[in-house]
Amino acid sequence: MCRLALKTADIPFSPYEVLTGMEAMQEGYDGSGLGLLLRGVSFADFNYKKEEHLILSGIAHSEAAFQRLHKHMEERGFEQEYDHQFKVNSALIEAKDRYQYIVRVYKKPQGLSVAELEDRLMQARLFLRKDGEQHGGDLTVFSFWSDVIMIKEVGWPLEIGDALGLNDDRIKARVVMAQGRQNTNYGINLYACHPFFIQGIATMTNGENTAFVPIKEWLEGKRIPGYMGYQSDSEVFAHILHYVTKKLNLPLACYKHVITPLKTEELNKHPQGEFLKGLRTACRRLIIDGPNAVIGTLPDESCLLVMDQKKMRPATVGGRPGAWAIASEMCGVEALIPDRDPSLDFQPMREHTVIIPPDRKELLIWSQFDPFTLSQAA
Amino acid sequence: MVSVRSVYTQPSSLTFSDLPWIIQHREDRCTLCGQCTAVCPKQAIYLTYRRQRMPKLDILQKKRGNEYRHFVGIRQHTAIDKMCIGCGMCSSVCPNEAIGPVPNSNEHRSRFHMDEKGDAWKRGGRRNVPGKTILDRIAFDRISMLTDPALDAGRHEFSLNTILGRVLPPEEFLRRQLAGEWIPPTREIFPFVIGSMSFGALSPNMWLGLLQGVAYCNEVLGIPVVMATGEGGCPPWVLRSPFLKYIILQIASGYFGWDEIIRAIPEMQCDPAAIEIKYGQGAKPGDGGLLMWFKVSKLIARLRGVPEGVDLPSPPVHQTLYSIEESVMKMIQTMSMAFGFRVPVYPKISGSTSAKSVLNNLVRNPYAGALLIDGIDGGTGAAYNVSMDATGHPIASNLRECYLELVAQGRQNEIPLFAAGGVGKNGNVTQNGMALIMLGASGVHVGKYIMQACAGCLGNEMGRCNVCNTGICPKGITSQNPKLYRRLDPDDVAQRVADVFSSIRIEMKKIMAPLGRSQSLPIGMSDALGIDDADAAERLGIKYIC
Repeated sequence: MCRLALKTADIPFSPYEVLTGMEAMQEGYDGSGLGLLLRGVSFADFNYKKEEHLILSGIAHSEAAFQRLHKHMEERGFEQEYDHQFKVNSALIEAKDRYQYIVRVYKKPQGLSVAELEDRLMQARLFLRKDGEQHGGDLTVFSFWSDVIMIKEVGWPLEIGDALGLNDDRIKARVVMAQGRQNTNYGINLYACHPFFIQGIATMTNGENTAFVPIKEWLEGKRIPGYMGYQSDSEVFAHILHYVTKKLNLPLACYKHVITPLKTEELNKHPQGEFLKGLRTACRRLIIDGPNAVIGTLPDESCLLVMDQKKMRPATVGGRPGAWAIASEMCGVEALIPDRDPSLDFQPMREHTVIIPPDRKELLIWSQFDPFTLSQAA
Repeated sequence: MVSVRSVYTQPSSLTFSDLPWIIQHREDRCTLCGQCTAVCPKQAIYLTYRRQRMPKLDILQKKRGNEYRHFVGIRQHTAIDKMCIGCGMCSSVCPNEAIGPVPNSNEHRSRFHMDEKGDAWKRGGRRNVPGKTILDRIAFDRISMLTDPALDAGRHEFSLNTILGRVLPPEEFLRRQLAGEWIPPTREIFPFVIGSMSFGALSPNMWLGLLQGVAYCNEVLGIPVVMATGEGGCPPWVLRSPFLKYIILQIASGYFGWDEIIRAIPEMQCDPAAIEIKYGQGAKPGDGGLLMWFKVSKLIARLRGVPEGVDLPSPPVHQTLYSIEESVMKMIQTMSMAFGFRVPVYPKISGSTSAKSVLNNLVRNPYAGALLIDGIDGGTGAAYNVSMDATGHPIASNLRECYLELVAQGRQNEIPLFAAGGVGKNGNVTQNGMALIMLGASGVHVGKYIMQACAGCLGNEMGRCNVCNTGICPKGITSQNPKLYRRLDPDDVAQRVADVFSSIRIEMKKIMAPLGRSQSLPIGMSDALGIDDADAAERLGIKYIC
């Protein structure tokens, strides 16, 4: 089984903390991979500013790939400002073809609208990914965005942290998502490690999504750039969240209504039942299935947690004003934020969406049975 | 050698071993009650006196001679019009198990003489091809075992319903919602639909039984089953009843029964489930409906607005059309408007290599609510044998290519595809239906299986019975003769409808639970399918398993 841990705090902390939280839940994974996503990033060796800088994350598996990456980024007009060098202990890394772990900071191009910039960043990421695939997979690119670092590697989570020297406090972040992944359906592939990322939106999941193939086919049919890859059945969770919030411009609360809609009998009693029934019909191809806890983060550093419709996966959220943790097991939350009141920990049920807003003052627990403000329709 | 003239023979002279079914009669058990001959719908058997010679040799008297024994026996007619159809009613009424038809394994010379009086062989029923179908061979092989707690088919909640009606792309739905524009009507229905069988093809008791059963499924069991009428309208009392919401009204090229329907619109208590426009059917593609004169009773004649006792062949095409596009557009829009744009309207076509172009046309028609494709294994009340056996396209690959066409356009399920034609032909109704759903159907229409399971239809793929066209249905299912249809108690049919749909619901869960699916019908979940035939696997885009 997979184990998930997320910590969000006002004061930036080392990602290694989250890996120790993962270690507390170690009985639950097989060490086949680790994915880490960091937001609200700060570097010890560089004065990073979200408004001015972009970060590219990935792995170059050969010198040639590394050179090509450099060339492509220059050609696309991205000016490099900082190249973070991990102090790598390669003895602790299973794979032997890692030439360079890439966390590079670029200057944000000026004079573009938000949408234009977002598109350009995604196009650049997709181009580099494709370039890597065309060269026998020698270049893997996880994210290219403002304020986001992603690290993915095969192996035991804490060992990977040690191998990359993540405990040296040279990188810190306000939000860290981590997933220890058991390889379930598909072959071991770096792109198949959670979290999944698209235009600032990231999710990670445990359990499998049994409705994967029809959802994937539908998303691919939309021909929206970036709706591709799908090395993992969980990748669609990130893309659905992207589709709901960025393409349909619906509030975050609607995500739950799209992926696990209420039953007709329940909607008949819901104040917005008529609209929600229509939404369920229009988005019925995005209904997920299987036991899942979906943990997501957004560019404004909000975090969310939703459960599958039958609440067949565990997940707990706990914390105190200023620091919150979401983990698949209670011991994970305990390890991440020991100085909280555990009696206030919350385990969402099938109807809940837990949102930790960017101010991190309190949890929002929203139920599907409650009405929500819908600016657009209803 | 006797002279030729003394033996009665002509080109169509047959003997019992030339017929597909041979009556076996055991004299030692027969009580001569005569029930078998009375019940035989074809009058294929008759009681007759027979004489048997018993040679006698008395050695002491040095005399030879004969004695004769007389007995009453059952004999089988060999004329084509009285040929045994293997229905087995004789054995079902026999108190002593003394009689019954057995299939003749010899080749059937009778087949060469089915066109007497110059008309090609017409019959009811099915495409007599025994053996496993492609659908029967599909296995659900993607079992969630590794990471997931298994679902419990008996205790968990399953969402099994499907959507009938046009589904808008999410962006367009939100735009129209915001602008207050028309949103196409949809229905949440059970994915197994009772396929179109007309009031005329079916007896009044059968129809009533089905409707009672459907109402019970909806109102008591909570299974939203709907049934389609077929061509020929709907009984006037049903049109004005609250049960109309369970009925898909069909309009076909003969427009039979639509005077009554249009007249009833102002008095309808509720909208029908949908309107089905029939452009073709799987059993006889390119041919219109056919109700033979035997079945045009007084009631049927009134309902259809025709004289009694005449053949009612519907034209193969609708009379409004210059092209299929024009026809589809005009008819769908007209029917939508007639019901205030509150009722999904969709066409039914026969399985064909041209199905994809019809589909692409519908995708661009904002009023089209679905597409029903009926494959070559579909049944019918009456058709030419050659149409039934040799014309059409099997449903599996036809449905699959249409679904994949929608996938390529990113519009799957916007036009829900419904599949029909041979679902449950060998009794595996849920397995067949779910295989089609995972190949991309939003639901399936089932006809023959419903007749067999709910009313005891005797037809099978060995050519048994298959006389729905002549109104002599021995079970009273497809007859308009009160003497016959009184055999069928509507309450019993209703009970069986409830049994059948309850068990389909259980079997659906038993299929979905191991696949880890419960939240929505697994439409297009082709990764769950495997088949033991590499060519079929390639054609259907599923796994080859062996």
